[in-house]
Amino acid sequence: MLNPKEIQTIEHDVVVVGAGGAGLRAAIECSKLGLNTGIVCKSLLGKAHTVMAEGGMAAALGNVDARDHWKIHFRDTMRGGKFLNQWRMAELHAKEAPDRVRELEEWGAVFDRTKDGYISQRNFGGHRYPRLAHVGDRTGLEMIRSLQDYGIHQGISVHMECTALDIIKDGEKVSGLVAYWRETGRFIVFKCKAIILATGGAGKAWKITSNSWEYTGDGYALAYEAGAELMDMEFTQFHPTGMVWPLSVKGILVTEGVRGDGGILLNNKGERFMFKYIPEKFAAETADTEEEANRWLKGDKNARRPPELLTRDVVARSINNEVKEGRGSPHGGAFLDIASRVPAEAIKRKLPSMYHQFKELAEVDITKEPMEVGPTLHYFMGGIRVDHDTQMSRVPGLFAAGEAAAGLHGANRLGGNSLSDLLVFGRLAGVGAADYIRKNTGTINLDEEQVKISVRRATDILNRESGTNPYLVHEDLQQVMQDNVGIIRVEHELKKAIDELQRLKKDTEKVKAPGSSQYNPGWHEAISLRCMMITAEAVTLAALERKESRGAQTRLDFFGEDKEWQKYNIVLRKGKDGNMEVEKVLRTSTSPELERIANSTIEALDAEVAAEKENLKIS
Amino acid sequence: MKYNFKVFRGDKDSGGLVDYNVDVDEGMVVLDVIHRIQAHQANDLAVRWNCKAGKCGSCSCEINGKPRLSCMTRMNEFSPDKPVTVTPVKTFPVIKDLVTDVSWNYEQNKRIKPFKPDPKKKDAKGYVMFQEDVDRVQEFRKCIECYLCQDVCHVLRDHDRKDKFVGPRFMIRLASLEMHPLDTEDRIPAVRDEYGSGFCNITRCCTDVCPEKIQITDNGIIPLKERVVDRYYDPIARIFGGGKKKQK
Amino acid sequence: MAGISVDIRKKGFAFTLRTDQWWVEPALVMFGFTAFVVYSTWAAFQAQFYWYSNGAEGFGGYLSPMYSPLVFINETAKGAAPVHHAWFGTFPSWWPSFLPASPAFLIVAFPLLFRFTCYYYRKAYYRAFAGSPPACAVGAVSQKPYKGETGLLIFQNLHRYALYFAVIFIFILSYDGVMAFFRDGKFGVGVGSMVLLINPILLGSYTFGCHSFRHLVGGQMDCMSCNKFRYGTWKKVTFLNERHQLFAWMSLIWVGFTDVYVRMVSMGVWTDFSTWGN
Repeated sequence: MLNPKEIQTIEHDVVVVGAGGAGLRAAIECSKLGLNTGIVCKSLLGKAHTVMAEGGMAAALGNVDARDHWKIHFRDTMRGGKFLNQWRMAELHAKEAPDRVRELEEWGAVFDRTKDGYISQRNFGGHRYPRLAHVGDRTGLEMIRSLQDYGIHQGISVHMECTALDIIKDGEKVSGLVAYWRETGRFIVFKCKAIILATGGAGKAWKITSNSWEYTGDGYALAYEAGAELMDMEFTQFHPTGMVWPLSVKGILVTEGVRGDGGILLNNKGERFMFKYIPEKFAAETADTEEEANRWLKGDKNARRPPELLTRDVVARSINNEVKEGRGSPHGGAFLDIASRVPAEAIKRKLPSMYHQFKELAEVDITKEPMEVGPTLHYFMGGIRVDHDTQMSRVPGLFAAGEAAAGLHGANRLGGNSLSDLLVFGRLAGVGAADYIRKNTGTINLDEEQVKISVRRATDILNRESGTNPYLVHEDLQQVMQDNVGIIRVEHELKKAIDELQRLKKDTEKVKAPGSSQYNPGWHEAISLRCMMITAEAVTLAALERKESRGAQTRLDFFGEDKEWQKYNIVLRKGKDGNMEVEKVLRTSTSPELERIANSTIEALDAEVAAEKENLKIS
Repeated sequence: MKYNFKVFRGDKDSGGLVDYNVDVDEGMVVLDVIHRIQAHQANDLAVRWNCKAGKCGSCSCEINGKPRLSCMTRMNEFSPDKPVTVTPVKTFPVIKDLVTDVSWNYEQNKRIKPFKPDPKKKDAKGYVMFQEDVDRVQEFRKCIECYLCQDVCHVLRDHDRKDKFVGPRFMIRLASLEMHPLDTEDRIPAVRDEYGSGFCNITRCCTDVCPEKIQITDNGIIPLKERVVDRYYDPIARIFGGGKKKQK
Repeated sequence: MAGISVDIRKKGFAFTLRTDQWWVEPALVMFGFTAFVVYSTWAAFQAQFYWYSNGAEGFGGYLSPMYSPLVFINETAKGAAPVHHAWFGTFPSWWPSFLPASPAFLIVAFPLLFRFTCYYYRKAYYRAFAGSPPACAVGAVSQKPYKGETGLLIFQNLHRYALYFAVIFIFILSYDGVMAFFRDGKFGVGVGSMVLLINPILLGSYTFGCHSFRHLVGGQMDCMSCNKFRYGTWKKVTFLNERHQLFAWMSLIWVGFTDVYVRMVSMGVWTDFSTWGN
């Protein structure tokens, strides 16, 4: 057995796990606040899943429509999240997003411009006004490159192709992180006072997903095992428009920007079916005729939004229903048509990467023919439960930000709120960690026994004589989750999934990776299985517990929203017996002011904001 | 349809092409085939990939000798009668199989003086610049850092002048900073002396392989070379006050 | 590891794992350039049949672009222009006897220098003639140490000076194009007029799409919105620049063809159909 003393050890004040938007932003903040900061990331720097974000980042800058305001952004976010969002987080997000966008520009991001030279903003589902700062349809790439190029000059140590295995604690507090280098298979221990998890979601536990291999729920599992709580895990967002053909690219994202820029959804009869699915709650703000929808697209400020821009949960369910009732496209999706709506040149200019993606992967020219699209698992609204202001979990020194954390998005995330989430809460997590470290000056100890356990669990996979094939266990898990914990859920299927997961857990314990520890994808896959299992179980248990349909959770056996359930978030944690505990947690009451804003009518709020701006001008 | 794949297996010291016969379905790309080999025939076959949609630039390799993204290379462009050869990028040292050590690139990026915006161009709503000012820069910022241009550049690939030339990827990074309407830093002396613009002989292979179709040579490197000419090689321009450090 | 042992790191001229016909393009370029150089050298030293006006002495006529401008004229040569078209009359007495009495080989130097230092041609001949590299991902000719354009080739930086001369030639050849619509002062149209008109258009499209020109008119600015005129010009030059390779070849071929055409009608081999009657 490897002696823990021989394992490479690096000391940092804070270790950030994940180098996407949230991780980089958190690390930059830590470094600015004088902390010795390290980033641990599974891929090369700049490859994180943030590059896949296309549409833009939501911030009430008011550059395109001056009527926008943080209060309206806040209201949109709460309504989109079906009022399960953490009030304070939604407030912080709406208030701070504009500064984070401008700061990104200061660091080198080059956004598309308005005619008068400011950052341009586009329309998106669920957002009242054009709000998404963007760069064509590659906003995520712009964001990660800006943070990367700025960050490398801030004295941050970046440990690339390094996978986190376990959090080490000294008593209750965080004291370190065990990880291994993917290249050599050697282990490493980071001694640190705080850890920020910015590990994203876990889409890879499903078969059809827009997520890459990195999305295996590492942060959820690490936090869970370390004693933190997970929350809102039942809310897994199915993006309505993923590619459905060819099979090998099934699930890859088609940006909502297509619909924001005028794209419409059609079934195989050529009907624009979204008009049939407008929920009552949004009826007052959604166009009910094609004529009105077209006027809105042309910029008529009195027209209401087209139904294609309803929130993602609604659109995904609608497509699902059309397909189920036999009105789907040849490969089991809906048609997304922009060719007949927008001139070819404008499509190529506004949606260049969509154009190339379809041209090169599906041999479809989107300026001439419609795309075929269907729902794909895209995002986890839930995640690690954190304090609203500091982003710290209930484990002292353990922080989370971005998709890894829960709270901002509630039951459903609005498109564009994710990129701004990364920056706002990435920064706050950095501030939180710095505060925590300043207040906790005592020495910490690395418990060698915990390191040993972690290392042994990883090496056992290689050392076993024989065992299950990690790729096949993974495929099995994906099928189970796809079939039983998909877009429409029902009790007997969820229960079946729980049974299946117990079986798969046993398979995971016996998994064997042939070959050496040096850059061995089979071994990497096997190690990530544990994290996906924990996440899958959390999602399934939470989905079973929530007996209503709300946002991204649709229960066939519990139709519609239940007022009573609006009072609760579902929290999961590791029980004393080692099994997963589920608890309904009463939502903490908040400032009446925020509730008033979220519940006011859009007309009243528009008037209030206009009056406020008028006052500001006079004074 | 059955295809014969010859995939490089080995490390920095030794290795060879290993044969795999694989079933290929309609619509598959080369990366799918590699994954199929990985799942069923060689669990430990090392390959980098992430987004699988040509957006992250992780899966760079050489397919039948050509630098390509394996996720964007469709199988229907190959005939099943001939083997498909997949090898790692040649310019950087192999770690294992298709994975190479590209850390040199990260070192180059760090050498480049960062963006330094002009505070005078800012008002309460943010910086002011127009779409026509940023069009050129936005083209360069499409770069996904797949390093295929670095791989194919003969200065790095054949002549191994990594000591003198930062390569096409960082020439366009420099171009994106130098042409940025807000930037106030002067990098032209370094473009010539430290980053080695003169080592590029504009044979344009970088542009030919760029999956983002960035006109690396015509829009990036040549304009930088012309800016170097302004500064160092054009006596007449200097008489008329050209070629000075930029003033904004 | 089992398998076919192959040194994928191997270097050396023309080594590649490419399986396509990568050598076709450099071979075609090599053939094209060689053909042009051989022909134009012969034509420049040949000093005959570069003019056709069907014997008319007055204003107008077809002049081979390789002989334009007419600095000196040797009137006794066959197919020569009337001496009063020359800038400086007949060849002077001090003209060395070992040189051919041809105005052309003085002239060819300037456009040649422009094309030699052109950013497109550099790519083409570095690939086709210098093997540096012969094609993408194909082994380059070894150079120890490789210096690129920092050593001997540093003179390529003078491309913009070659451009200034090339622009002068566009005006001269445009004048020739106009002259081709007149014979003895009388306006008309012949096949040759069209040939001589197309010539400066193609040459202009090539010359004004030059990378140096694009830089000078606007590319050197960082703020495009600060000077709308220069930005507008830059955009037009960019349009041509994107087609620089196309116009480089078309204009090259057309110059050669124009010389051939004038030569052939001047020799009486081809008949020039025109409104003047032959």
